[in-house]
Amino acid sequence: MAGTWGRLNIAALVLGFAFLYLPIVLLVIYSFNESRLVTVWAGFSTKWYVALLSNQGLMDAAWVTARVAFLSATVATVLGTMAAVSLTRYTRFRGRVLFSGMVFAPLVMPEVITGLSLLLLFVAINFDRGFATVTIAHITFSMCFVAVVVQSRLMSFDEALEEAALDLGATPVGAFFQVTLPVILPAVVSGWMLAFTLSLDDLVIASFTSGPGATTLPMKIYSQVRLGVTPEINAICTILIGVVTVGVIAASLITKTRDVQRRRDEQLAERI
Amino acid sequence: MESLGSTRRSFAPWADPKAKPYIQIENVTKRFGDFTAVDDLTLTIYEREFFALLGASGCGKSTLLRMLGGFETPSAGRILLDGQDLRGIPPYKRPVNMMFQSYALFPHMSVEANIAFGLKQEGMPRGQIAERVVQMLKLVKLEQFAARKPHQLSGGQRQRVALARSLAKRPKVLLLDEPLGALDKKLREETQFELMDLQHELGLTFVVVTHDQEEAMTMADRIAIMEKGNVLQVATPPEIYEAPNSRFVADFVGSINMFEGKLREKGSRGSRIVRPDGLALSADAPADAVVGDMVWMAVRPEKMKVSGARPDNAVNSMEGEVWDIAYLGDMTIYYVKLDDGTIVKASTVNSLRKIGDELTWHDRAWVSFAPDAAVVLAR
Amino acid sequence: MNRALSAIFRRLVIVVPYAWLLVFFLVPFFIVFKISLSQTAIAMPPYVPTFGLAEGWSALFGRLGELSFENYVWLFGDPLYVNAYLSSVWIAGVSTALTLAVGYPIAYGMARAPSSVRPLLLMLVILPFWTSFLIRVYAWIGILKPEGLLNQFLFFLGVIDQPLIILNTTTAIYIGIVYSYLPFMVLPLYATLEKMDYSLIEAAGDLGCPPLTAFWKITFPLSLPGVLAGCMLVFIPAVGEFVIPDLLGGPRTLMIGKTLWTEFFNNRDWPVASAVAVILLIILVVPIVFFQRAQARAQEAGR
Repeated sequence: MAGTWGRLNIAALVLGFAFLYLPIVLLVIYSFNESRLVTVWAGFSTKWYVALLSNQGLMDAAWVTARVAFLSATVATVLGTMAAVSLTRYTRFRGRVLFSGMVFAPLVMPEVITGLSLLLLFVAINFDRGFATVTIAHITFSMCFVAVVVQSRLMSFDEALEEAALDLGATPVGAFFQVTLPVILPAVVSGWMLAFTLSLDDLVIASFTSGPGATTLPMKIYSQVRLGVTPEINAICTILIGVVTVGVIAASLITKTRDVQRRRDEQLAERI
Repeated sequence: MESLGSTRRSFAPWADPKAKPYIQIENVTKRFGDFTAVDDLTLTIYEREFFALLGASGCGKSTLLRMLGGFETPSAGRILLDGQDLRGIPPYKRPVNMMFQSYALFPHMSVEANIAFGLKQEGMPRGQIAERVVQMLKLVKLEQFAARKPHQLSGGQRQRVALARSLAKRPKVLLLDEPLGALDKKLREETQFELMDLQHELGLTFVVVTHDQEEAMTMADRIAIMEKGNVLQVATPPEIYEAPNSRFVADFVGSINMFEGKLREKGSRGSRIVRPDGLALSADAPADAVVGDMVWMAVRPEKMKVSGARPDNAVNSMEGEVWDIAYLGDMTIYYVKLDDGTIVKASTVNSLRKIGDELTWHDRAWVSFAPDAAVVLAR
Repeated sequence: MNRALSAIFRRLVIVVPYAWLLVFFLVPFFIVFKISLSQTAIAMPPYVPTFGLAEGWSALFGRLGELSFENYVWLFGDPLYVNAYLSSVWIAGVSTALTLAVGYPIAYGMARAPSSVRPLLLMLVILPFWTSFLIRVYAWIGILKPEGLLNQFLFFLGVIDQPLIILNTTTAIYIGIVYSYLPFMVLPLYATLEKMDYSLIEAAGDLGCPPLTAFWKITFPLSLPGVLAGCMLVFIPAVGEFVIPDLLGGPRTLMIGKTLWTEFFNNRDWPVASAVAVILLIILVVPIVFFQRAQARAQEAGR
């Protein structure tokens, strides 16, 4: 039960969210600025968005990024889910401590270290850097985020469900695909989304592991940001923010409507 | 109200018009948005009383207790403690303490530190705190657990720590929210008596909230039966059981057979009703209704006799068929279905060993009760 | 048949992610370590390997004596690197404390909010985390620069008549870290505060504790696991942070992530960059292990 929701609490939230959102909102607003001077408002314009479309380099980078993000998120989701299952279900196997260490460490590992070490690996085995190496690098760190998300869902999963499936004659493999996976699916999906955006956002690891012809969007943005703030960058940032925001809100709305529907069904079931 | 034997310790300040009330709850209402949890409730509790608020969940009993503790503010009305209006006094300045349903033991503090917590707040000298803590530990028989953390204790031990902590400050009133709710049945029964002894020994006023009627009956001097934010009846346990003032109270405490009928006669010798099927029933109890009204004659199952043959000279007897039998060891409960479909419950104490029974399923049977076994309820 | 299949399935579930992480996470560290012991060369790759497994284990042991610790000697001899390490830890520490100070009231406010609005608030905290780190740091450039929005606003209010120089200073780095890592602090704090039984606070009040004292004696100590988790999640990556010092910090603010980047990309000195990484890892190993322990303990408790 919540206590009194005092004025201080509300003030803390208002200030906190203002701090979190104001910079982003300003960035979005100034992407519609007529003037090239980003900080002087000169009227509404969408010309920077139009300019983006004719920027071939940026478009190429966006396409590379989208492919890397899709592929790495998909593989990372499979691997991360497997890791989560082995960590929650198989409590005893050789090297489990090392395994769980390797799953958690990338969450906090400075990106420069991860990036450098992967690059040196690729150089050591003479693997040409490019699309494949960026994808592998992204799979490696985002699978750990997927593992954590899925693991927390598996933790609250009632194992009796799986046991019931076994009792009714399903094989362990069948029980996993027919019972466990459908139940944890929302977590797996949000793990995929997380992996996708992590890949979409990554600059440091991509800079280390990418090669010629595989410049990602963040790398492109970064090289332009270093030259100064321009409305063009604001525009591309706004598009990226828009894509991610719409994705996240859509996903949470779907979950929410499903919850509401479910609660309504339950109430209906009670009444009958 | 008729007197129904003396209550324990012959302690009955409520019957004494000169007795000074200790807690006065006057026309208190508590609303949460559209929902009225406590509705214009008035209640008086006396010093050293063990008072129980009994009701189903959502009846407003916990809200009332939380208002006494200062965790909720009444929307209307006032609460006085020893003559002092408690309005505006925050919980940390009230001379009352509460034992929480969840116990609310501080998980990062030892048993000792939990008990000492309230004493430290009032700035008691260290030596005195230590002394009081030892005393409290002894009181709840947990001396050897002083250094343990709450998670290292069993449920019963935690309950006793919570009790010791809330008693350590010697509050004027101890509020207990479902104090035994988390314990298993056997432990609960033992603890009931411990609580009673403690209350008697310390001479404190206890207000306990419970949904368990047996618990309330065992421990309390008086019980207030609550429903939908109102108090339906305040009385001693025997009065609540033997002389309920309404169908709700009669049905809530224990189980009861209810015979509906039109009131035919009422007077000093008792009342008479006539059931829709024409059968007349009479009781010694008076009726608080006008002749011609529909009333209910209520009889507890243990006051109902069941027999295989029509009983001789029984004043109130009804014929039916044995519908179900529940053998519980110490007693057997017969469900007799009357010819109009009413199911009557009658329990007999198995004071002698017996295996098998003279009455069995689908036998014809008669149920009867004496006129002094029934009460007449008008609402 | 089925049983054999299950055993294979089970083994695969463990082995595939395990092998992946071994190859792409653990092995690279050994390579980094190895290269940090090599000598710089102007070639591609720009280093001379000191030893390789190709020659077999016996050869490896035989050549152990020839390892070059030159890069490490160089690192410790040059105050630039030592200062970069120290100031990274210092900046990360101060930023972590600031993030805690900003994040705690937010998390507390969320946990005390009516349960109906809590999911919305949670989503509002998570949403910025989904948007690109780079973009969020970039947004501050426009705000903090001398002719930027903050200065314009302060001029408008009449608070200042000279623009504040914030961009390219350490202050800007603090702001950047606090801003970017705030969700990492708020989420674990919120998780512990929300789980906390509110009746504990009521019990403290009942025992004579005024609200502020109750906060320090009950709420804060009980939220310590969340505080620790949040601080680790901010501190560890902040020590090695590159984007924030690069975009917001000035030429005089040294941070080790930026130093490593410069060594690698600008000076093309891979062995020194590797040595920088190894030392950074050694500095972070204690907090990382600590974090994992805490994480594992929380997991056991949640079981």
